[in-house]
Amino acid sequence: MNTLAVKELLYKMADDQLILGHRNSEWTGFGPLLEEDIAFSSMAQDKVGQSQALYQLLHELGEAEPDTVAFTRNADQFHNSQLVELPNGEYDFSLIRHFLFDTAEALRFEMLTQSSFEPLAKLAKKIQGELRYHTMHANIWIKQLGSATEESIGRLQKSLDEAMPYALGLFENSEFESDLISSGVFAGEEELKSKWLEQVEKIIDQTQLTLPDVLTLTPKTGGRAGIHTEHLQPLLDEMSEVFRIDPTAEW
Amino acid sequence: MYGGGNTFEPMKATGIENEDPVLLAEFEARIERGEKIEPHDWMPQLYRKQLIRMIEQHAHSEIIGALPEGTWITRAPGFKRKLALMAKVQDEVGHAQLLYSAAETLGKPREQMLDDLVTGKSKYSNIFNYPAFTWADSCFISWLVDAGAIVNQLANARGSYGPYCRALERICAEESFHLKYGHHCVIHLATGTEKQREMMQAAINRWWPPMMHFFGPPDKASVHSEILMRWKVKMSSNDDQRNQFLDMYVPKIWELGFTIPDENLKKNTVTGKWEYTEPDWAEFKRVINGDGPCNAERLAVRRTAEERGRWVRKALLTPKTEYVTPLA
Repeated sequence: MNTLAVKELLYKMADDQLILGHRNSEWTGFGPLLEEDIAFSSMAQDKVGQSQALYQLLHELGEAEPDTVAFTRNADQFHNSQLVELPNGEYDFSLIRHFLFDTAEALRFEMLTQSSFEPLAKLAKKIQGELRYHTMHANIWIKQLGSATEESIGRLQKSLDEAMPYALGLFENSEFESDLISSGVFAGEEELKSKWLEQVEKIIDQTQLTLPDVLTLTPKTGGRAGIHTEHLQPLLDEMSEVFRIDPTAEW
Repeated sequence: MYGGGNTFEPMKATGIENEDPVLLAEFEARIERGEKIEPHDWMPQLYRKQLIRMIEQHAHSEIIGALPEGTWITRAPGFKRKLALMAKVQDEVGHAQLLYSAAETLGKPREQMLDDLVTGKSKYSNIFNYPAFTWADSCFISWLVDAGAIVNQLANARGSYGPYCRALERICAEESFHLKYGHHCVIHLATGTEKQREMMQAAINRWWPPMMHFFGPPDKASVHSEILMRWKVKMSSNDDQRNQFLDMYVPKIWELGFTIPDENLKKNTVTGKWEYTEPDWAEFKRVINGDGPCNAERLAVRRTAEERGRWVRKALLTPKTEYVTPLA
């Protein structure tokens, strides 16, 4: 097993979960209805908890403690996709992002239940169960709002068009792609992407939305290599504001 | 979380004289026997009105109360605190949902209650009109404001209206976890670095006056509420609740080595009651009537959330497909 390759895989997944979990938690107190405040908070808790578990695996492979890894790195040391760091925007954007991201994550962790890296396969089985609720939530809302009023359909379509190139960035290939595939750690981003597209199409087909032609889009990549939009560093500054007062203190 | 000091409808004209005396006597006898009143039971108009007002204020306090602490979710130091605070504030929003449902059983729709909140027609707990400047402020709220809320809510859970009592029982069980979480945070600041201790002491100094206001004006200055006590709408007096809170928590604050900014604060060993400097009740009145440090900000945030979410709620009301409930 190529440890570097496994670490890279774990880092990008953990960072994705942490950053989107953080964004989801920003809806607390601001949701379009109380039930959505509560739902986004539940998903936030799951995601932040999942990131913690993934950082813990990294810690067991020799990386620093989860708190240190999460709360003291700068943006260029983060490997999350740019999709998750974008601001929440209006509810339509948050919902579309949640749908596109969680459809991919549910499939990713389903694939990882077969991973030859035993600790990850075990964790993936647990996370997969949580993600089932996230995709159920996303699908219900996409189907409802994607076929309701002219305004809701228009808003979702606009956000779908905006988010799609960033969503394609989720599948940015790693330099270790062939290592991961041949060692059976992970079946690879290309396979995940084609499964994802199939599932996304299946849901969008049940609405009045139109899926942009992915072949004409340029994926927004770079996130996996530490290249980010201007939105990530301020998020991290906020997240670590208290922690950095004294990183050695017990809070 | 929620405190006492509910503002009830002015009681000059109760309208009780217009109620059917037989039904009224039966209603009062049921309450006297400790029975719960349920949504479809007969009840005097005044009872319905005061309960809507009280439960609605409580629900509003939960969602407005989520704001000062909510701003610390994204800044909570470390995984343990971040996860716990998210769950804690989520609980508060869940309490609002539960309470709006309880109030709806009395005939006022949730959307209308939320409208009355953002237009300033209905009140919410005064304490949330103060800012949470530091992490330690959020710890104060989680521990002590929630502790105060438990004192109030445990009393109200013994009230006469069934749906409200049942909601409160569930709420109190969750609040007791919040209190443990808050206490745990405060203990860490108390036993941490010099800077952490200073942060916590400053938070106590800042929050003590609003905390004393939390239970409402002294009994001698309160609106006459005999009938609300008899109907088990109001379950204990403001001063009694304040005294109970001081009795339970002042020793715990002192135990952690903090001071409380009131040199007259002490327990009278003869009466068993706490003595303290009366907080500034003119300030309380001013803040509750809209002129506090954060009133405008809190309502503006809520108003924005309502406006930004309107299209979503509208889309939920207009599904393209009509579902017909099967008859069997």
